[in-house]
Amino acid sequence: MAVRAEPVALWPGLVAAVLVAATMLAALTAVALRAETQLGLAPQDWSAIRFTVVQAALSALFSVALAIPVARALARRSFAGRGVLITLLGAPFILPVIVAVLGLLAVFGRGGWLNAALGVFGLPPLGIYGLHGVVLAHVFFNLPLATRLILQGWQEIPAERFRLAAQLAASSRDVHRLLERPMLLRTAPGVLALVFAICLTSFAVALTLGGGPKATTIELAIYQAFRFDFDLGRATLLSLVQIALTLGAATLALGVSGQAGFGAGLGRVVQRWDAQGAVRKALDAALILLAALFLLTPLAAITASGLQGLAHLPSSVSKACFVSAVVACLSTLVLLALALPIAFAAAKVPLVEHVGLLGLAVSPLVLGAGLFLVINPIASPAGLALPVTALVNALMALPFALRILIPKAREEVRLHARLAATLNMGAGQFFRLILLPRLRPQIGFAAGLAAALSMGDLGVIALFADPETATLPLQIYRLMAAYRMEAAAGAALLLLVMSVGAFWLCDKGGRLAAP
Amino acid sequence: MKHLTFAAGVLCATGALAQTPELTVYTYDSFVTEWGPGPQIETAFEATCGCDLKFVTAGDGAALMARIRLEGERTEADVVLGLDTNLTAAARATGLFAPSGVEAEYDLPVDWADDTFVPYDWGYFAFVHKTDLKAVPQDFLELGRSDLKIIIQDPRSSTPGLGLLLWVKAAYGDQAAQVWADLSDNIVTVSKGWSEAYGLFLEGEADMVLSYTTSPAYHIIAESDLTKEAAAFDEGHYMQIEVAARLAASDQPELAQRFLQFITTDAFQSVIPTTNWMYPAVTPEAGLPEGFNDLVEPYKSLLIPEAEAETARDAALVEWLSALSR
Repeated sequence: MAVRAEPVALWPGLVAAVLVAATMLAALTAVALRAETQLGLAPQDWSAIRFTVVQAALSALFSVALAIPVARALARRSFAGRGVLITLLGAPFILPVIVAVLGLLAVFGRGGWLNAALGVFGLPPLGIYGLHGVVLAHVFFNLPLATRLILQGWQEIPAERFRLAAQLAASSRDVHRLLERPMLLRTAPGVLALVFAICLTSFAVALTLGGGPKATTIELAIYQAFRFDFDLGRATLLSLVQIALTLGAATLALGVSGQAGFGAGLGRVVQRWDAQGAVRKALDAALILLAALFLLTPLAAITASGLQGLAHLPSSVSKACFVSAVVACLSTLVLLALALPIAFAAAKVPLVEHVGLLGLAVSPLVLGAGLFLVINPIASPAGLALPVTALVNALMALPFALRILIPKAREEVRLHARLAATLNMGAGQFFRLILLPRLRPQIGFAAGLAAALSMGDLGVIALFADPETATLPLQIYRLMAAYRMEAAAGAALLLLVMSVGAFWLCDKGGRLAAP
Repeated sequence: MKHLTFAAGVLCATGALAQTPELTVYTYDSFVTEWGPGPQIETAFEATCGCDLKFVTAGDGAALMARIRLEGERTEADVVLGLDTNLTAAARATGLFAPSGVEAEYDLPVDWADDTFVPYDWGYFAFVHKTDLKAVPQDFLELGRSDLKIIIQDPRSSTPGLGLLLWVKAAYGDQAAQVWADLSDNIVTVSKGWSEAYGLFLEGEADMVLSYTTSPAYHIIAESDLTKEAAAFDEGHYMQIEVAARLAASDQPELAQRFLQFITTDAFQSVIPTTNWMYPAVTPEAGLPEGFNDLVEPYKSLLIPEAEAETARDAALVEWLSALSR
């Protein structure tokens, strides 16, 4: 008997996962080894940990709770400009923190548009600073991502199911019970864990919107340990706490969302017979409008101040644009090389996804310092600025890419692996003929997110940058630090356009080529 | 493919060494931008030294210090430029720095007799406000009693934030905690760094922002904007003195020493006011640029001596945290 071909190869994914874990481990160990003090947490660190967990949990809950109705409305309706809207809604997620904070406060701040409008009606101003401000900002950042991921869950319900439901005269409630709720139970926990993990490492947003040191997060404590006290032991310990919290949340989510999927469909356009009726339509329209208003007004504020600044842009900005574009391309390639094999391995061994989450859990400051310590004895860190930035950006985008790829990959493997095995299809063929074409939309989305994220991310470039290779976000910070707020606003608008553009290109490309 | 060529180009450009000796100066990020002092200073020094001056950057002063500590004796830096008086104690304690050998007459409000650290510029921390602000407070107590809204920076992540912490401590000593308690309802928010705070102030988010007495000079000179000024406080103003030093492990000790001496000359000092927006450590022969003469001058300069700064800092941070966390 001939040796049977195995359609899904595990080893490339395991190798990639080990590489990711080893990079993180090396960075953390390098920092820990340089610690001059005993490992230990300061008393105020515990309150930082408490605050971090509370704000991250609230932010995750609100983001997902709001994302479900918005995604449902978007899934049920088609209208002109829907695609553009969905792309634009993703923009907050990829903005550099400082730009997003200024945009948010231009709308919700003391002197913002909202309070100006309230003042017109003689209403007292609303205070944004406090825990509610932190949650509001995190919802602003993460609602779009949560919506996209949940929307994807909706789109993965085969059209045949809705058709069957309609034939059986199922009401909207029945559809919800039979189709939508099981889908949500499968998707929502993963999204919750992801948003929770993102918010765990928040620092500048939490501090600024939180209104003071009450809003001290673990990441700020790491920053303090590193810069203020140069206590590397404490920085490592706090970093480990972040990792433990992230992995704990992920394990919980993975345990909850163990249900099976819906089976195969022919991939035709979904038609929703259950969502007719003027009231439902009006409700969906209102939901979409509200979400758009919430997410797009701060972007409008950024655009408005950016347009004035465009005229003041120094020439160095165009070079920074180019560097950022190169970094984004490199990061996206590295990301795909890591994410695809890991996603296919995770289809069989779910635990592998945890490795990807490390990219979110490890503090960028500690990761940067650790890589610096690893590289410094061998080569000049400034000389490796570009590849290191590309790698770190890819690592940071990995958890998102995996969340996007894994559900679909798992589904495809479950549906087609046995058939492929009977056809004696090897892993290479299965990848080329089945996985790649059928996952194109997800790959496009993941690539777009990675490109946009690394365009807007400062990442570790600050530690490695030499004056020649400033990325656009770094250039924005430099302009601001030199009082050139107008030019910085112009550059921020440019970054916004580039990020959204890169995202749109990849995302659209993936969907166009889809079978 | 183009990207790869570009990446390779970047890698090679930094790797290729010319025959001329190279002086590596670590400094903070904003120093080397095209609108910062870096480019002019590089040209001026290279014209006289027959060497290649190379800047390597790291975030801000504290990040610079962290980087030097991370690298230890393996550092490529010959000179570090951009530490300040809050960091000199820690820097000295590392034992990585060598005596400067610089002789100069400084125009600092305090006596400077340090054999290792060479001051290159200085400034006073101050609250900046718009000129149409009514009832500008004269001191912290008045500010605490007022309804004015201020934005400050976190001392744990920002240099001005730390400066304010020490300012209140130097002015009020044991009563500092009470001053912070009074200020707590005036503080709109605490930002990570100076840029966020100043940006929010310009957007109208607060009446005053913690910055420098020299900040209005930027608006006057670069933007012909006369609507910003700094409030003079009766307690006096805390100082920031920015310094440079050479590393003991440098392979270019003579060049490094020459550079430190160069810092005290006109060629360096005349660039500082309108690029770094601080006072030069040695007033250039031509004097200060127009616009600098209209700035508020504090009655009194405050500076906690280096030896006491670290203990004062830690105690002040605890007070600050507990007053503002309520």
